[in-house]
Amino acid sequence: MTFEHDVAMEPLEIDESPMIPRPFAIQRVHRETADTFTVELKPASGKSPFVFSPGQFNMVYVYGVGEVPISISGDAANTATIVHTTRAVGMVTRAMKRLAKGDLVGIRGPFGTSWPIEQAKGKDVVVVAGGIGLPPLRPSLYSILRSRQEFRKVFLLYGARTPSDILFPEQIEAWRANHGIVSLITVDRSMKGWKGNVGVVTTLIPKIDFDPNNAVAMIVGPEVMMRFTAMDLLKRGIDPGNIYVSMERNMKCGIGLCGHCQYGPHFICKDGPVFPYGRIKDLLLKREI
Amino acid sequence: METLEPILADHPFFKDLEKKYLTLVTGCASNVRFDSGKFIFREGEEAHQFYLIREGKVSVEIFTPNRGHITLETLDEGNILGWSWLIPPYQWHFDARVVEPTRAIALDGKCLRKKCEDDHDFGYEFLKRFSHIMEQRLSSARIQLLDLYDVRA
Repeated sequence: MTFEHDVAMEPLEIDESPMIPRPFAIQRVHRETADTFTVELKPASGKSPFVFSPGQFNMVYVYGVGEVPISISGDAANTATIVHTTRAVGMVTRAMKRLAKGDLVGIRGPFGTSWPIEQAKGKDVVVVAGGIGLPPLRPSLYSILRSRQEFRKVFLLYGARTPSDILFPEQIEAWRANHGIVSLITVDRSMKGWKGNVGVVTTLIPKIDFDPNNAVAMIVGPEVMMRFTAMDLLKRGIDPGNIYVSMERNMKCGIGLCGHCQYGPHFICKDGPVFPYGRIKDLLLKREI
Repeated sequence: METLEPILADHPFFKDLEKKYLTLVTGCASNVRFDSGKFIFREGEEAHQFYLIREGKVSVEIFTPNRGHITLETLDEGNILGWSWLIPPYQWHFDARVVEPTRAIALDGKCLRKKCEDDHDFGYEFLKRFSHIMEQRLSSARIQLLDLYDVRA
């Protein structure tokens, strides 16, 4: 087993005052599906660029309600705007969904490790998303598309709960049509009129033709989905060091101090969220953590 | 005359199958084509074939009085459709409906069952390969049941 990309997993430099939220103003709240929405944010004062790497997350503070970790779903090349796509499932995200243009939120970040974009150059790239796992992967796709010719085949395998839960459908179609991204979508539950695939996302893996000896895979979704996806990719012959997953735990401080997101010897907020599968595969089977 | 043997030999399901067995299978194979909307089989009908899908898309469905047809999974190029031909009482448990025009190779189940009985080595080899398909489908169905992308999962 090799970990040729471990260098990409080093924690990135963090802000000088990582515990102090910076005020950002909502520019737009866009409903993606019945329970998922995207917010675009700009700094409330000044024009300092917001620099992040694909895969990183922010701690988003809805004033008076609470703070939650949310992956960045926008383009890293756009340093003027932060984009987050999330599902309204808890107190904070539900409050966030109700915000309107001009409202302020506090942002701490960006935090954590990033997708191995540089290391994927010259290789086939297999991106596998399950459910709300697509937004954290979108920045990596933006980066890949910006220098598309530097990558070999690029695949997006996406599993959603139902057809009405599919995120960014027009964008996925544009990636397919304009950039040669092989995009396969499946849903766990069909609906009337749906002519696409029905079945779990792993059923898409045998359908794609990639070189397992020269490929990088990036996976985000529920842990069970990531385990089974990684297993099927391993069966196809990808080295565990070339499979990357994004983990989620109860991130609080974002800088590896508080220990809330400890995962074995790792802190997800600082050593992750993006890990080479080979580094954490044994931990994934430990029920105690 | 050109036979279906080279096509079967290329299919992952028959990968590395001994030549003599592949010839046996070919003797039970025929080309078939189905139009969109057609049912390849329906629940309760006798099951005496299975299919290697070469092109198109088929949905495996069940009918419920309240919700109509519910798609459980879709199968397309390279997938195997049907295993009820292998297990008594040889009746389909679900419907198979063509979503996109489909070309397939139909394998005659009665013919294959006889050959499996006549040559148990062949029968065991066949069962091993089908067990693998069943294991994959069962595993997928179990994960599907978890409803992993639900908020509460």
